[in-house]
Amino acid sequence: MTSAAKKLLMDPFSDNNPITIQVLGICSALAVTVKVDTAIVMTLALTAVVTLSNFVISLLRNVIPSGIRMIVEMAVIATLVIIADQLLQAFLFDISKQLSVFVGLIITNCIVMGRAEAFALQNPPKDSLIDGLGNGLGYGIVLIAVASIREVLGFGSWLGFKLFPESYMGNGLALLAPGAFIILGLLIWAQRTVTKYVED
Amino acid sequence: MREDTRTILFAAVICVSCSLLLSGTAAGLKKMQDANKAFDVKRNIVKAFGISIGEMTRPVIEDTFEAHIAKDTAGDLPIYTWTDEGADSPSKYAFPVSGKGLWSTLYGYLALNADLETIAGISFYKHGETPGLGAEIEKDWFLSQFTGKRLYADGVPTDFKVSKPGYAEGDSAVDGISGATLTGNGVEDLVRKDAALYATYFNNIKGN
Repeated sequence: MTSAAKKLLMDPFSDNNPITIQVLGICSALAVTVKVDTAIVMTLALTAVVTLSNFVISLLRNVIPSGIRMIVEMAVIATLVIIADQLLQAFLFDISKQLSVFVGLIITNCIVMGRAEAFALQNPPKDSLIDGLGNGLGYGIVLIAVASIREVLGFGSWLGFKLFPESYMGNGLALLAPGAFIILGLLIWAQRTVTKYVED
Repeated sequence: MREDTRTILFAAVICVSCSLLLSGTAAGLKKMQDANKAFDVKRNIVKAFGISIGEMTRPVIEDTFEAHIAKDTAGDLPIYTWTDEGADSPSKYAFPVSGKGLWSTLYGYLALNADLETIAGISFYKHGETPGLGAEIEKDWFLSQFTGKRLYADGVPTDFKVSKPGYAEGDSAVDGISGATLTGNGVEDLVRKDAALYATYFNNIKGN
């Protein structure tokens, strides 16, 4: 892998993370991070969607009429999301129930549209594919970090494995949206302290 | 003009290919999705009868359903019966419950013990309530409170109550969910409504 491609893939993990640096996709980061398994499935679903949508839109970038550019992007993204949702309902029914509306809401996830507009429209398919993969996983790594903290504090378990004895009283705050907000805020703070990122 | 034609053509091609892809996927996966939904209903009926399904695998739940549970009708209402191993007649009865929550309609099953007065269990299998708040109605801590509570007193539906958290008193009340008062009210309403609906049927069984 060339160093440019590597940079495309690795940048979203830390230096240009969609959640902690760009602060996109917060809604789902709060909603599906109660448990690690839902966070992982959400990561896979979003990564698949953003990778493929970047690829398809990059393929079409020279033929899309500029007047209907965004509508076409939306149609491509919506199609991919519905397919992902249908696959989850067929193969991972319980998790699709837990994710409920949030799979459908990938359509409105700013990361997907943002990458299509900011990257796929100007770059060749291969680079766009890598960019989508990097951003999906960069989103996922934060999702899984938040979910890990919430599941350990709230249920005393990680990915379903009990870490603490039965007597552990789960911390209810960690399971509610405000708890997720606090954890996410702390993560953003920690990450920006490390990367020395400052908002302009 | 040429540009406009191209735009319309492009939009048409995108629309047709997207819809072909989607209808293909939906048609191809429908069978599996329907099977999943049917199983989900079965699992929730088993759960309503007070069986702990936490550790049970899908085939075990299917077998339990086949072995013990039968569908019957109460007039034109559906009812599910539970027959113990080796017994001739059913001992427990479950009926579907549904009603408005805060955002959505809640669907579930409620099972009665052999006395036809107290609750054996309840479960919810479909709702669109807020995760972490209203969606707690499908959690064990909430559902297990119903077990043993009185739904009928001498054949008359009780004033079943979902009260403020920590304030449940008497044998016909359960604690509600903090931050989900309206969902709790919805549960209270649907339990009362469907209890009234089935009262005659259960009184007839008791009469025999």
